[in-house]
Amino acid sequence: MTTLLIADHNNTSLADATSRALTAALQLGGDVHVLVAGANDRAAADAAAKLDGVKKVLLADDPALDHQLAEPIAALVVSLAGDYDAIVAPATGNGKNILPRVAALLDVAQVSEITKVISSDTFERPIYAGNAIAEVRSTDRKTVLTVRGSAFAPAPQGAATAPIEPVAAVAGDYRSFFVGEALASSDRPELTSAKVIVSGGRALGSAAKFNEVILPLADRLGAAVGASRAAVDAGYAPNDDQVGQTGKIVAPDLYIALGISGAIQHLAGMKNSKIIVAVNKDEDAPIFQVADYGIVGDLFQVVPEIEKALN
Amino acid sequence: MKILVPVKLVIDSNAKARVKPDQSGVDLANVKLSINPFDEISVEEAVRLKEAGKVSEVVAVTIGVAKAQDALRAALAIGADRGILIQTDEMVEPLAIAKLLAKVAEAEQPGVVILGKQAIDDDSNQTGQMLGALLGWPQATFASKVDLSAEAVEVTREVDGGHQTLKLTLPAIVTTDLRLNEPRYPSLPNIMKAKKKPIETKAPADYGVDVTPRLKLLKVGEPPARSAGIKVKTAGELVEKLKSAGAL
Ligand SMILES: Cc1cc2nc3c(=O)[nH]c(=O)nc-3n(C[C@H](O)[C@H](O)[C@H](O)COP(=O)(O)OP(=O)(O)OC[C@H]3O[C@@H](n4cnc5c(N)ncnc54)[C@H](O)[C@@H]3O)c2cc1C
Ligand SMILES: Nc1ncnc2c1ncn2[C@@H]1O[C@H](COP(=O)(O)O)[C@@H](O)[C@H]1O
Repeated sequence: MTTLLIADHNNTSLADATSRALTAALQLGGDVHVLVAGANDRAAADAAAKLDGVKKVLLADDPALDHQLAEPIAALVVSLAGDYDAIVAPATGNGKNILPRVAALLDVAQVSEITKVISSDTFERPIYAGNAIAEVRSTDRKTVLTVRGSAFAPAPQGAATAPIEPVAAVAGDYRSFFVGEALASSDRPELTSAKVIVSGGRALGSAAKFNEVILPLADRLGAAVGASRAAVDAGYAPNDDQVGQTGKIVAPDLYIALGISGAIQHLAGMKNSKIIVAVNKDEDAPIFQVADYGIVGDLFQVVPEIEKALN
Repeated sequence: MKILVPVKLVIDSNAKARVKPDQSGVDLANVKLSINPFDEISVEEAVRLKEAGKVSEVVAVTIGVAKAQDALRAALAIGADRGILIQTDEMVEPLAIAKLLAKVAEAEQPGVVILGKQAIDDDSNQTGQMLGALLGWPQATFASKVDLSAEAVEVTREVDGGHQTLKLTLPAIVTTDLRLNEPRYPSLPNIMKAKKKPIETKAPADYGVDVTPRLKLLKVGEPPARSAGIKVKTAGELVEKLKSAGAL
Protein backbone atom coordinates (compact mmCIF):
# COMPACT_ATOMS: atom_id res chain seq x y z
CA MET A 1 0.00 0.00 0.00
CA THR A 2 1.03 3.63 -0.44
CA THR A 3 0.01 6.56 1.72
CA LEU A 4 -0.13 10.25 0.87
CA LEU A 5 0.55 12.53 3.83
CA ILE A 6 -0.56 16.14 3.42
CA ALA A 7 1.96 18.37 5.14
CA ASP A 8 0.91 21.30 7.29
CA HIS A 9 3.47 24.07 6.85
CA ASN A 10 3.90 27.80 6.39
CA ASN A 11 5.89 27.50 3.11
CA THR A 12 9.22 27.81 4.94
CA SER A 13 8.95 25.18 7.65
CA LEU A 14 6.85 22.18 8.58
CA ALA A 15 4.40 22.24 11.47
CA ASP A 16 5.52 19.81 14.17
CA ALA A 17 2.13 18.09 13.71
CA THR A 18 3.28 16.97 10.24
CA SER A 19 6.07 14.78 11.61
CA ARG A 20 3.67 13.37 14.22
CA ALA A 21 1.17 12.49 11.48
CA LEU A 22 4.06 10.86 9.60
CA THR A 23 4.57 8.49 12.54
CA ALA A 24 0.92 7.42 12.25
CA ALA A 25 1.14 7.21 8.44
CA LEU A 26 4.16 4.90 8.67
CA GLN A 27 2.24 2.64 11.06
CA LEU A 28 -0.25 1.95 8.24
CA GLY A 29 2.51 -0.23 6.82
CA GLY A 30 3.18 1.06 3.30
CA ASP A 31 5.37 3.65 1.62
CA VAL A 32 4.65 7.24 2.58
CA HIS A 33 4.81 10.17 0.14
CA VAL A 34 4.41 13.70 1.49
CA LEU A 35 2.56 16.43 -0.39
CA VAL A 36 3.81 19.94 0.29
CA ALA A 37 1.34 22.32 -1.36
CA GLY A 38 1.80 26.07 -1.11
CA ALA A 39 3.54 29.01 -2.74
CA ASN A 40 7.32 29.47 -2.61
CA ASP A 41 7.30 26.40 -0.40
CA ARG A 42 10.52 24.72 -1.53
CA ALA A 43 12.03 25.08 1.96
CA ALA A 44 9.12 23.21 3.53
CA ALA A 45 9.52 20.45 0.93
CA ASP A 46 13.25 20.21 1.74
CA ALA A 47 12.36 19.76 5.40
CA ALA A 48 9.83 17.03 4.54
CA ALA A 49 12.41 15.21 2.42
CA LYS A 50 14.66 14.88 5.46
CA LEU A 51 12.11 13.16 7.68
CA ASP A 52 12.87 9.54 8.42
CA GLY A 53 10.72 7.11 6.43
CA VAL A 54 9.54 9.49 3.69
CA LYS A 55 9.95 7.83 0.26
CA LYS A 56 9.10 10.82 -1.90
CA VAL A 57 8.01 14.43 -1.59
CA LEU A 58 5.51 15.95 -4.00
CA LEU A 59 6.02 19.70 -4.26
CA ALA A 60 3.19 21.88 -5.54
CA ASP A 61 4.36 25.48 -5.74
CA ASP A 62 1.71 27.80 -7.09
CA PRO A 63 0.28 31.20 -6.03
CA ALA A 64 -3.19 29.62 -6.09
CA LEU A 65 -2.11 27.34 -3.24
CA ASP A 66 -0.95 30.11 -0.94
CA HIS A 67 -2.82 30.45 2.38
CA GLN A 68 -3.92 26.79 2.29
CA LEU A 69 -7.42 27.49 0.99
CA ALA A 70 -9.51 24.32 1.06
CA GLU A 71 -10.89 24.45 -2.46
CA PRO A 72 -7.67 24.40 -4.56
CA ILE A 73 -5.77 22.14 -2.14
CA ALA A 74 -8.59 19.57 -2.03
CA ALA A 75 -8.75 19.58 -5.84
CA LEU A 76 -4.99 18.99 -6.00
CA VAL A 77 -5.13 16.11 -3.51
CA VAL A 78 -8.00 14.50 -5.41
CA SER A 79 -6.01 14.75 -8.66
CA LEU A 80 -3.23 12.73 -6.98
CA ALA A 81 -5.45 10.35 -5.02
CA GLY A 82 -5.63 7.61 -7.68
CA ASP A 83 -2.16 6.41 -6.74
CA TYR A 84 -2.85 6.08 -3.03
CA ASP A 85 -4.62 3.71 -0.67
CA ALA A 86 -4.63 6.11 2.26
CA ILE A 87 -4.66 9.88 2.58
CA VAL A 88 -3.55 11.31 5.90
CA ALA A 89 -3.30 14.82 7.35
CA PRO A 90 -2.46 16.16 10.80
CA ALA A 91 -5.57 17.30 12.72
CA THR A 92 -4.42 20.91 12.66
CA GLY A 93 -6.61 23.84 11.63
CA ASN A 94 -5.56 23.31 8.02
CA GLY A 95 -5.90 19.52 8.09
CA LYS A 96 -9.38 19.71 9.60
CA ASN A 97 -10.40 22.31 7.05
CA ILE A 98 -9.12 20.53 3.95
CA LEU A 99 -9.35 16.78 4.47
CA PRO A 100 -13.14 16.27 4.82
CA ARG A 101 -13.48 18.09 1.50
CA VAL A 102 -11.09 15.57 -0.04
CA ALA A 103 -12.96 12.63 1.50
CA ALA A 104 -16.33 13.77 0.16
CA LEU A 105 -14.91 14.39 -3.33
CA LEU A 106 -13.60 10.81 -3.24
CA ASP A 107 -16.91 9.56 -1.81
CA VAL A 108 -15.23 7.95 1.20
CA ALA A 109 -15.67 8.42 4.93
CA GLN A 110 -13.08 10.25 7.01
CA VAL A 111 -11.85 8.97 10.36
CA SER A 112 -11.13 12.12 12.37
CA GLU A 113 -8.38 12.59 14.96
CA ILE A 114 -7.14 9.04 15.30
CA THR A 115 -5.10 8.35 18.44
CA LYS A 116 -4.01 4.80 17.59
CA VAL A 117 -3.40 2.72 14.48
CA ILE A 118 -4.56 -0.84 15.15
CA SER A 119 -4.12 -2.03 11.55
CA SER A 120 -4.09 -0.40 8.14
CA ASP A 121 -7.89 -0.05 8.22
CA THR A 122 -8.69 0.00 11.95
CA PHE A 123 -8.19 2.92 14.30
CA GLU A 124 -8.99 4.32 17.70
CA ARG A 125 -10.46 7.77 18.10
CA PRO A 126 -11.90 9.58 21.11
CA ILE A 127 -15.56 10.63 21.01
CA TYR A 128 -17.77 12.52 23.49
CA ALA A 129 -14.98 14.84 24.59
CA GLY A 130 -12.69 11.88 25.19
CA ASN A 131 -15.11 10.19 27.59
CA ALA A 132 -15.26 7.21 25.24
CA ILE A 133 -12.81 5.67 22.80
CA ALA A 134 -14.26 4.27 19.59
CA GLU A 135 -12.56 1.53 17.61
CA VAL A 136 -13.60 1.87 13.98
CA ARG A 137 -12.80 0.00 10.77
CA SER A 138 -12.96 1.68 7.41
CA THR A 139 -14.70 -0.33 4.68
CA ASP A 140 -13.99 2.17 1.89
CA ARG A 141 -11.54 1.49 -0.91
CA LYS A 142 -9.44 4.40 0.33
CA THR A 143 -8.77 5.39 3.91
CA VAL A 144 -8.89 9.08 4.81
CA LEU A 145 -7.56 10.01 8.25
CA THR A 146 -6.66 12.99 10.36
CA VAL A 147 -4.13 12.34 13.12
CA ARG A 148 -4.19 13.80 16.62
CA GLY A 149 -0.61 14.95 17.10
CA SER A 150 -0.55 14.57 20.89
CA ALA A 151 -1.00 10.79 20.49
CA PHE A 152 2.03 10.20 18.24
CA ALA A 153 5.70 11.08 18.69
CA PRO A 154 7.30 13.22 15.98
CA ALA A 155 9.20 11.21 13.34
CA PRO A 156 12.92 12.00 13.58
CA GLN A 157 15.12 13.35 10.83
CA GLY A 158 16.49 10.53 8.72
CA ALA A 159 19.96 9.83 7.36
CA ALA A 160 18.78 9.97 3.75
CA THR A 161 17.00 12.68 1.77
CA ALA A 162 13.92 11.68 -0.23
CA PRO A 163 13.56 12.84 -3.84
CA ILE A 164 11.34 15.88 -4.49
CA GLU A 165 9.02 15.74 -7.50
CA PRO A 166 7.02 18.70 -8.77
CA VAL A 167 3.24 18.37 -9.16
CA ALA A 168 0.91 20.91 -10.74
CA ALA A 169 -1.97 22.69 -9.06
CA VAL A 170 -5.39 22.06 -10.57
CA ALA A 171 -6.89 25.08 -12.29
CA GLY A 172 -10.49 25.71 -11.35
CA ASP A 173 -13.20 28.25 -10.85
CA TYR A 174 -12.56 28.59 -7.11
CA ARG A 175 -14.81 30.97 -5.29
CA SER A 176 -12.90 31.59 -2.06
CA PHE A 177 -10.49 34.49 -1.91
CA PHE A 178 -7.88 35.40 0.68
CA VAL A 179 -8.49 38.85 2.19
CA GLY A 180 -6.05 39.01 5.07
CA GLU A 181 -4.70 37.44 8.21
CA ALA A 182 -3.55 38.36 11.68
CA LEU A 183 -1.07 35.83 12.97
CA ALA A 184 0.65 36.25 16.32
CA SER A 185 4.35 35.65 16.41
CA SER A 186 5.80 34.51 19.68
CA ASP A 187 9.17 33.32 20.92
CA ARG A 188 7.48 30.84 23.22
CA PRO A 189 7.18 27.18 22.26
CA GLU A 190 4.13 26.22 20.26
CA LEU A 191 1.28 24.81 22.35
CA THR A 192 0.85 21.42 20.67
CA SER A 193 4.54 20.52 20.71
CA ALA A 194 5.64 22.09 24.02
CA LYS A 195 7.08 19.95 26.81
CA VAL A 196 5.67 22.25 29.47
CA ILE A 197 2.44 24.28 29.38
CA VAL A 198 1.28 26.91 31.83
CA SER A 199 -2.45 27.45 31.41
CA GLY A 200 -4.71 30.09 32.92
CA GLY A 201 -8.46 30.24 33.48
CA ARG A 202 -11.23 32.63 34.29
CA ALA A 203 -9.74 33.21 37.75
CA LEU A 204 -7.08 35.46 36.22
CA GLY A 205 -9.75 38.13 35.88
CA SER A 206 -8.22 40.34 33.18
CA ALA A 207 -5.81 40.26 30.28
CA ALA A 208 -3.39 42.38 32.31
CA LYS A 209 -3.43 39.93 35.23
CA PHE A 210 -3.15 36.98 32.86
CA ASN A 211 -0.01 38.47 31.35
CA GLU A 212 1.37 39.51 34.73
CA VAL A 213 0.91 36.10 36.39
CA ILE A 214 1.01 33.45 33.65
CA LEU A 215 3.70 34.75 31.31
CA PRO A 216 6.62 35.07 33.77
CA LEU A 217 6.08 31.54 35.06
CA ALA A 218 5.84 30.26 31.48
CA ASP A 219 9.06 32.07 30.58
CA ARG A 220 10.81 30.77 33.68
CA LEU A 221 9.90 27.19 32.65
CA GLY A 222 10.39 27.65 28.90
CA ALA A 223 6.73 26.74 28.62
CA ALA A 224 3.96 27.38 26.12
CA VAL A 225 0.92 29.33 27.30
CA GLY A 226 -2.54 27.80 27.29
CA ALA A 227 -5.95 28.99 28.42
CA SER A 228 -9.44 27.75 29.19
CA ARG A 229 -12.33 28.74 26.97
CA ALA A 230 -13.57 31.11 29.66
CA ALA A 231 -10.23 32.95 29.63
CA VAL A 232 -10.24 33.16 25.84
CA ASP A 233 -13.87 34.27 25.61
CA ALA A 234 -13.14 37.03 28.12
CA GLY A 235 -10.19 38.21 26.02
CA TYR A 236 -7.43 37.32 28.51
CA ALA A 237 -5.69 35.15 25.92
CA PRO A 238 -5.88 34.70 22.13
CA ASN A 239 -8.27 32.11 20.65
CA ASP A 240 -5.31 30.11 19.45
CA ASP A 241 -4.37 29.32 23.07
CA GLN A 242 -7.59 27.53 23.96
CA VAL A 243 -6.95 24.03 25.26
CA GLY A 244 -9.83 21.57 25.13
CA GLN A 245 -12.35 19.52 23.21
CA THR A 246 -12.94 22.30 20.74
CA GLY A 247 -9.51 23.93 20.97
CA LYS A 248 -6.02 22.47 21.03
CA ILE A 249 -5.42 18.94 22.27
CA VAL A 250 -2.15 18.73 24.19
CA ALA A 251 -0.16 16.11 26.08
CA PRO A 252 3.00 17.76 27.44
CA ASP A 253 5.30 16.31 30.08
CA LEU A 254 4.01 18.94 32.51
CA TYR A 255 0.70 20.85 32.41
CA ILE A 256 0.12 23.52 35.05
CA ALA A 257 -3.54 24.60 35.36
CA LEU A 258 -3.98 27.87 37.23
CA GLY A 259 -7.49 28.92 38.20
CA ILE A 260 -9.14 26.45 35.86
CA SER A 261 -12.08 24.45 37.21
CA GLY A 262 -11.59 21.36 35.03
CA ALA A 263 -14.80 21.20 32.96
CA ILE A 264 -15.23 18.10 30.77
CA GLN A 265 -14.37 20.16 27.70
CA HIS A 266 -11.12 21.41 29.19
CA LEU A 267 -10.07 17.98 30.49
CA ALA A 268 -10.65 16.58 26.98
CA GLY A 269 -7.77 18.69 25.79
CA MET A 270 -5.15 18.02 28.48
CA LYS A 271 -5.88 14.94 30.54
CA ASN A 272 -3.29 12.86 28.68
CA SER A 273 -0.50 15.13 29.91
CA LYS A 274 2.20 13.19 31.74
CA ILE A 275 2.12 15.25 34.94
CA ILE A 276 -0.70 17.64 35.80
CA VAL A 277 -0.41 20.37 38.43
CA ALA A 278 -3.44 22.37 39.54
CA VAL A 279 -3.75 25.46 41.67
CA ASN A 280 -7.33 26.29 42.59
CA LYS A 281 -8.89 27.88 45.66
CA ASP A 282 -11.81 25.45 45.57
CA GLU A 283 -10.70 22.11 47.01
CA ASP A 284 -13.61 20.38 45.22
CA ALA A 285 -12.71 21.69 41.76
CA PRO A 286 -12.89 18.78 39.27
CA ILE A 287 -9.38 19.59 38.01
CA PHE A 288 -8.03 17.97 41.20
CA GLN A 289 -9.49 14.64 40.07
CA VAL A 290 -6.90 14.48 37.29
CA ALA A 291 -4.06 16.43 38.92
CA ASP A 292 -0.99 14.60 40.14
CA TYR A 293 -0.13 17.51 42.41
CA GLY A 294 -2.66 20.01 43.63
CA ILE A 295 -2.43 23.12 45.74
CA VAL A 296 -5.60 24.48 47.28
CA GLY A 297 -5.03 28.19 47.43
CA ASP A 298 -5.13 31.60 45.82
CA LEU A 299 -3.12 31.52 42.61
CA PHE A 300 -2.12 35.16 43.01
CA GLN A 301 -0.21 34.10 46.13
CA VAL A 302 0.86 30.62 45.06
CA VAL A 303 2.30 31.42 41.63
CA PRO A 304 4.88 33.95 42.90
CA GLU A 305 5.82 31.41 45.57
CA ILE A 306 6.35 28.75 42.91
CA GLU A 307 8.62 31.14 41.03
CA LYS A 308 10.56 31.84 44.21
CA ALA A 309 10.92 28.11 44.94
CA LEU A 310 12.23 27.57 41.41
CA ASN A 311 15.03 30.07 41.90
CA MET B 1 -31.95 35.30 0.54
CA LYS B 2 -32.57 32.11 2.48
CA ILE B 3 -30.21 30.57 5.04
CA LEU B 4 -30.16 26.86 5.76
CA VAL B 5 -29.02 25.80 9.23
CA PRO B 6 -28.37 22.10 9.89
CA VAL B 7 -28.80 21.31 13.60
CA LYS B 8 -28.14 18.14 15.58
CA LEU B 9 -29.52 16.91 18.89
CA VAL B 10 -26.58 15.81 21.05
CA ILE B 11 -25.68 15.02 24.64
CA ASP B 12 -25.94 18.20 26.70
CA SER B 13 -22.56 19.84 27.19
CA ASN B 14 -22.96 19.59 30.98
CA ALA B 15 -23.71 15.85 30.96
CA LYS B 16 -21.06 13.16 31.11
CA ALA B 17 -21.14 10.36 28.56
CA ARG B 18 -20.97 6.82 29.98
CA VAL B 19 -19.81 3.84 28.00
CA LYS B 20 -22.25 0.89 27.92
CA PRO B 21 -20.95 -2.20 29.76
CA ASP B 22 -21.17 -4.28 26.54
CA GLN B 23 -18.94 -1.69 24.78
CA SER B 24 -21.48 -1.23 21.99
CA GLY B 25 -21.70 2.52 22.42
CA VAL B 26 -22.50 5.34 24.81
CA ASP B 27 -25.55 5.11 27.05
CA LEU B 28 -27.85 8.01 26.22
CA ALA B 29 -30.93 6.79 28.12
CA ASN B 30 -31.76 9.29 30.88
CA VAL B 31 -29.11 11.71 29.65
CA LYS B 32 -30.12 15.26 28.89
CA LEU B 33 -29.99 16.03 25.16
CA SER B 34 -29.74 19.51 23.68
CA ILE B 35 -29.12 21.24 20.39
CA ASN B 36 -25.40 21.04 19.56
CA PRO B 37 -23.90 24.26 21.05
CA PHE B 38 -22.20 25.18 17.77
CA ASP B 39 -25.54 24.82 15.97
CA GLU B 40 -27.13 27.17 18.47
CA ILE B 41 -24.46 29.68 17.44
CA SER B 42 -25.29 29.04 13.76
CA VAL B 43 -28.99 29.63 14.30
CA GLU B 44 -28.27 32.79 16.29
CA GLU B 45 -26.10 34.13 13.48
CA ALA B 46 -28.72 33.35 10.83
CA VAL B 47 -31.48 34.96 12.89
CA ARG B 48 -29.36 38.09 13.44
CA LEU B 49 -28.84 38.33 9.67
CA LYS B 50 -32.60 38.08 9.23
CA GLU B 51 -33.15 40.75 11.88
CA ALA B 52 -30.65 42.94 10.03
CA GLY B 53 -32.81 42.63 6.94
CA LYS B 54 -30.21 40.73 4.91
CA VAL B 55 -32.03 37.42 4.95
CA SER B 56 -35.67 36.59 4.29
CA GLU B 57 -36.00 33.12 5.76
CA VAL B 58 -34.08 30.81 8.11
CA VAL B 59 -34.71 27.10 7.59
CA ALA B 60 -33.45 24.57 10.14
CA VAL B 61 -32.91 20.94 9.17
CA THR B 62 -32.02 17.89 11.22
CA ILE B 63 -31.39 14.24 10.45
CA GLY B 64 -32.10 11.72 13.16
CA VAL B 65 -34.70 9.91 15.26
CA ALA B 66 -38.14 11.43 15.93
CA LYS B 67 -36.82 13.08 19.11
CA ALA B 68 -34.22 14.94 17.04
CA GLN B 69 -36.94 17.45 16.29
CA ASP B 70 -36.21 18.86 19.76
CA ALA B 71 -33.17 20.42 18.08
CA LEU B 72 -35.48 21.96 15.47
CA ARG B 73 -37.76 23.33 18.20
CA ALA B 74 -34.73 24.90 19.87
CA ALA B 75 -33.79 26.52 16.56
CA LEU B 76 -37.34 27.73 15.98
CA ALA B 77 -37.41 29.23 19.48
CA ILE B 78 -34.28 31.27 18.71
CA GLY B 79 -36.02 32.55 15.59
CA ALA B 80 -35.72 30.11 12.68
CA ASP B 81 -38.87 30.15 10.54
CA ARG B 82 -39.47 26.49 9.77
CA GLY B 83 -37.92 23.07 10.18
CA ILE B 84 -37.25 19.92 8.20
CA LEU B 85 -36.85 16.59 10.00
CA ILE B 86 -35.30 13.82 7.95
CA GLN B 87 -36.29 10.96 10.17
CA THR B 88 -34.30 7.76 10.49
CA ASP B 89 -33.37 5.33 13.25
CA GLU B 90 -30.07 4.47 11.56
CA MET B 91 -26.71 5.90 12.67
CA VAL B 92 -25.90 8.35 9.88
CA GLU B 93 -22.26 9.27 9.27
CA PRO B 94 -21.13 12.78 8.29
CA LEU B 95 -20.70 11.83 4.61
CA ALA B 96 -24.31 10.65 4.35
CA ILE B 97 -25.50 13.65 6.41
CA ALA B 98 -23.70 15.88 3.91
CA LYS B 99 -25.34 14.06 0.99
CA LEU B 100 -28.79 14.58 2.49
CA LEU B 101 -28.02 18.22 3.23
CA ALA B 102 -26.83 18.69 -0.35
CA LYS B 103 -30.24 17.49 -1.57
CA VAL B 104 -32.01 19.85 0.81
CA ALA B 105 -29.79 22.70 -0.36
CA GLU B 106 -30.59 21.92 -4.00
CA ALA B 107 -34.30 22.07 -3.19
CA GLU B 108 -34.19 25.14 -0.93
CA GLN B 109 -31.52 27.16 -2.80
CA PRO B 110 -30.09 29.00 0.23
CA GLY B 111 -27.48 31.72 -0.24
CA VAL B 112 -25.53 30.36 2.72
CA VAL B 113 -25.56 27.16 4.73
CA ILE B 114 -24.32 27.76 8.28
CA LEU B 115 -23.28 24.62 10.17
CA GLY B 116 -21.52 24.06 13.48
CA LYS B 117 -17.80 23.35 13.25
CA GLN B 118 -18.27 20.12 15.15
CA ALA B 119 -20.92 18.01 16.80
CA ILE B 120 -19.88 17.54 20.43
CA ASP B 121 -20.89 13.86 20.44
CA ASP B 122 -18.97 12.38 17.50
CA ASP B 123 -16.42 15.24 17.43
CA SER B 124 -16.04 14.65 13.68
CA ASN B 125 -15.66 18.21 12.37
CA GLN B 126 -16.44 17.06 8.82
CA THR B 127 -19.98 17.75 7.68
CA GLY B 128 -19.69 21.37 6.51
CA GLN B 129 -16.52 20.74 4.53
CA MET B 130 -18.08 17.62 2.95
CA LEU B 131 -21.20 19.56 2.04
CA GLY B 132 -19.03 22.21 0.37
CA ALA B 133 -17.33 19.49 -1.68
CA LEU B 134 -20.59 17.83 -2.75
CA LEU B 135 -22.21 21.12 -3.80
CA GLY B 136 -19.01 22.55 -5.28
CA TRP B 137 -19.45 25.60 -3.03
CA PRO B 138 -16.64 27.54 -1.32
CA GLN B 139 -16.24 27.12 2.43
CA ALA B 140 -15.14 29.16 5.41
CA THR B 141 -14.83 26.99 8.50
CA PHE B 142 -14.40 28.04 12.17
CA ALA B 143 -15.99 31.47 11.69
CA SER B 144 -15.60 34.15 14.34
CA LYS B 145 -17.13 36.94 12.21
CA VAL B 146 -19.56 36.83 9.28
CA ASP B 147 -20.26 39.80 7.04
CA LEU B 148 -22.94 39.02 4.47
CA SER B 149 -23.77 41.01 1.36
CA ALA B 150 -25.95 40.16 -1.64
CA GLU B 151 -23.24 38.45 -3.68
CA ALA B 152 -20.59 37.42 -1.19
CA VAL B 153 -19.80 36.66 2.41
CA GLU B 154 -16.67 37.82 4.17
CA VAL B 155 -15.69 35.52 7.01
CA THR B 156 -13.01 35.83 9.66
CA ARG B 157 -11.85 32.37 10.71
CA GLU B 158 -10.04 31.09 13.80
CA VAL B 159 -6.88 29.43 12.48
CA ASP B 160 -3.73 28.09 14.14
CA GLY B 161 -1.77 31.17 15.11
CA GLY B 162 -4.61 33.69 14.90
CA HIS B 163 -7.21 34.76 12.37
CA GLN B 164 -7.67 34.61 8.61
CA THR B 165 -10.25 36.51 6.56
CA LEU B 166 -11.74 35.05 3.38
CA LYS B 167 -14.28 36.31 0.91
CA LEU B 168 -16.57 33.69 -0.64
CA THR B 169 -18.84 34.17 -3.63
CA LEU B 170 -22.36 32.96 -2.83
CA PRO B 171 -23.73 30.38 -2.46
CA ALA B 172 -21.30 29.34 0.26
CA ILE B 173 -20.72 27.21 3.34
CA VAL B 174 -19.83 28.66 6.75
CA THR B 175 -19.09 26.68 9.91
CA THR B 176 -19.26 28.41 13.28
CA ASP B 177 -16.72 28.65 16.06
CA LEU B 178 -17.35 29.53 19.71
CA ARG B 179 -16.62 33.24 19.49
CA LEU B 180 -18.96 34.11 16.61
CA ASN B 181 -21.77 35.22 18.92
CA GLU B 182 -23.50 34.51 22.20
CA PRO B 183 -26.81 32.81 21.48
CA ARG B 184 -29.82 34.39 23.15
CA TYR B 185 -31.98 32.59 25.70
CA PRO B 186 -35.31 32.13 23.92
CA SER B 187 -38.11 33.94 25.73
CA LEU B 188 -41.14 31.98 26.92
CA PRO B 189 -43.42 33.53 24.26
CA ASN B 190 -40.90 32.58 21.59
CA ILE B 191 -40.74 29.02 22.90
CA MET B 192 -44.55 28.87 22.70
CA LYS B 193 -44.52 30.40 19.22
CA ALA B 194 -41.93 27.85 18.11
CA LYS B 195 -44.38 25.06 18.89
CA LYS B 196 -46.67 26.41 16.17
CA LYS B 197 -44.01 26.83 13.50
CA PRO B 198 -44.14 24.23 10.72
CA ILE B 199 -41.91 21.12 10.69
CA GLU B 200 -41.94 18.97 7.61
CA THR B 201 -41.03 15.30 8.10
CA LYS B 202 -39.13 13.41 5.43
CA ALA B 203 -37.15 10.17 5.11
CA PRO B 204 -33.67 9.64 3.61
CA ALA B 205 -35.34 7.59 0.84
CA ASP B 206 -37.29 10.70 -0.24
CA TYR B 207 -33.95 12.14 -1.31
CA GLY B 208 -32.66 8.92 -2.85
CA VAL B 209 -29.61 8.96 -0.57
CA ASP B 210 -28.00 5.72 0.59
CA VAL B 211 -27.07 6.19 4.24
CA THR B 212 -25.34 2.83 4.77
CA PRO B 213 -22.37 3.41 7.09
CA ARG B 214 -18.86 3.20 5.64
CA LEU B 215 -17.24 2.75 9.01
CA LYS B 216 -17.72 -0.28 11.20
CA LEU B 217 -17.93 0.59 14.88
CA LEU B 218 -16.10 -2.34 16.46
CA LYS B 219 -16.35 -1.20 20.04
CA VAL B 220 -16.59 1.78 22.33
CA GLY B 221 -14.37 1.56 25.38
CA GLU B 222 -13.49 3.63 28.42
CA PRO B 223 -10.54 5.98 28.18
CA PRO B 224 -7.59 5.05 30.39
CA ALA B 225 -8.43 6.19 33.91
CA ARG B 226 -6.27 8.78 35.62
CA SER B 227 -5.96 8.42 39.32
CA ALA B 228 -6.14 11.53 41.42
CA GLY B 229 -2.79 12.49 42.87
CA ILE B 230 -1.95 14.26 46.07
CA LYS B 231 -2.46 17.70 47.50
CA VAL B 232 0.65 19.52 48.58
CA LYS B 233 0.69 22.36 51.06
CA THR B 234 3.32 24.73 49.75
CA ALA B 235 4.93 25.88 46.54
CA GLY B 236 8.26 24.63 47.87
CA GLU B 237 6.88 21.16 48.37
CA LEU B 238 5.41 21.23 44.85
CA VAL B 239 8.73 22.15 43.28
CA GLU B 240 10.47 19.38 45.28
CA LYS B 241 7.93 16.80 44.05
CA LEU B 242 8.24 17.94 40.45
CA LYS B 243 12.02 17.77 40.65
CA SER B 244 12.03 14.26 42.05
CA ALA B 245 9.47 13.19 39.42
CA GLY B 246 11.87 14.47 36.78
CA ALA B 247 9.36 17.04 35.51
CA LEU B 248 11.65 20.02 36.10
C1 LIG C 1 -19.46 23.58 23.02
C2 LIG C 1 -18.51 23.89 24.12
C3 LIG C 1 -17.16 23.77 23.86
C4 LIG C 1 -16.24 24.07 24.87
N1 LIG C 1 -14.91 23.91 24.58
C5 LIG C 1 -14.01 24.19 25.56
C6 LIG C 1 -12.61 24.02 25.34
O1 LIG C 1 -12.18 23.59 24.25
N2 LIG C 1 -11.77 24.35 26.33
C7 LIG C 1 -12.20 24.80 27.55
O2 LIG C 1 -11.36 25.10 28.41
N3 LIG C 1 -13.51 24.96 27.79
C8 LIG C 1 -14.41 24.66 26.82
N4 LIG C 1 -15.74 24.86 27.09
C9 LIG C 1 -16.13 25.57 28.32
C10 LIG C 1 -16.15 24.71 29.57
O3 LIG C 1 -17.37 24.05 29.69
C11 LIG C 1 -15.94 25.62 30.81
O4 LIG C 1 -16.95 26.59 30.83
C12 LIG C 1 -14.58 26.32 30.84
O5 LIG C 1 -13.54 25.37 30.64
C13 LIG C 1 -14.40 27.01 32.19
O6 LIG C 1 -13.22 27.74 32.20
P1 LIG C 1 -12.48 28.05 33.59
O7 LIG C 1 -12.15 26.76 34.24
O8 LIG C 1 -11.39 29.00 33.31
O9 LIG C 1 -13.60 28.87 34.39
P2 LIG C 1 -14.45 28.46 35.66
O10 LIG C 1 -15.17 27.18 35.42
O11 LIG C 1 -15.23 29.65 36.01
O12 LIG C 1 -13.39 28.15 36.77
C14 LIG C 1 -12.59 29.11 37.39
C15 LIG C 1 -11.88 28.40 38.53
O13 LIG C 1 -10.96 29.28 39.14
C16 LIG C 1 -10.99 29.09 40.55
N5 LIG C 1 -10.51 30.33 41.16
C17 LIG C 1 -11.13 31.53 41.21
N6 LIG C 1 -10.34 32.45 41.78
C18 LIG C 1 -9.17 31.83 42.09
C19 LIG C 1 -7.96 32.25 42.67
N7 LIG C 1 -7.76 33.52 43.05
N8 LIG C 1 -6.98 31.34 42.85
C20 LIG C 1 -7.16 30.04 42.47
N9 LIG C 1 -8.29 29.60 41.90
C21 LIG C 1 -9.29 30.48 41.71
C22 LIG C 1 -12.42 28.74 40.86
O14 LIG C 1 -12.48 27.97 42.05
C23 LIG C 1 -12.82 27.92 39.64
O15 LIG C 1 -12.58 26.52 39.83
C24 LIG C 1 -16.68 24.52 26.12
C25 LIG C 1 -18.04 24.62 26.38
C26 LIG C 1 -18.95 24.30 25.40
C27 LIG C 1 -20.40 24.40 25.71
N1 LIG D 1 -27.68 14.58 12.12
C1 LIG D 1 -27.46 15.86 11.74
N2 LIG D 1 -28.50 16.63 11.35
C2 LIG D 1 -28.29 17.91 10.96
N3 LIG D 1 -27.09 18.49 10.96
C3 LIG D 1 -26.03 17.78 11.34
C4 LIG D 1 -26.14 16.42 11.74
N4 LIG D 1 -24.92 15.97 12.05
C5 LIG D 1 -24.07 17.01 11.87
N5 LIG D 1 -24.73 18.09 11.43
C6 LIG D 1 -24.17 19.43 11.15
O1 LIG D 1 -22.78 19.31 10.92
C7 LIG D 1 -22.04 20.00 11.92
C8 LIG D 1 -20.73 19.30 12.19
O2 LIG D 1 -20.95 17.98 12.64
P1 LIG D 1 -19.81 16.85 12.61
O3 LIG D 1 -19.19 16.89 11.26
O4 LIG D 1 -20.55 15.57 12.88
O5 LIG D 1 -18.86 17.19 13.71
C9 LIG D 1 -23.00 20.11 13.09
O6 LIG D 1 -22.66 21.19 13.92
C10 LIG D 1 -24.32 20.34 12.36
O7 LIG D 1 -24.43 21.67 11.90
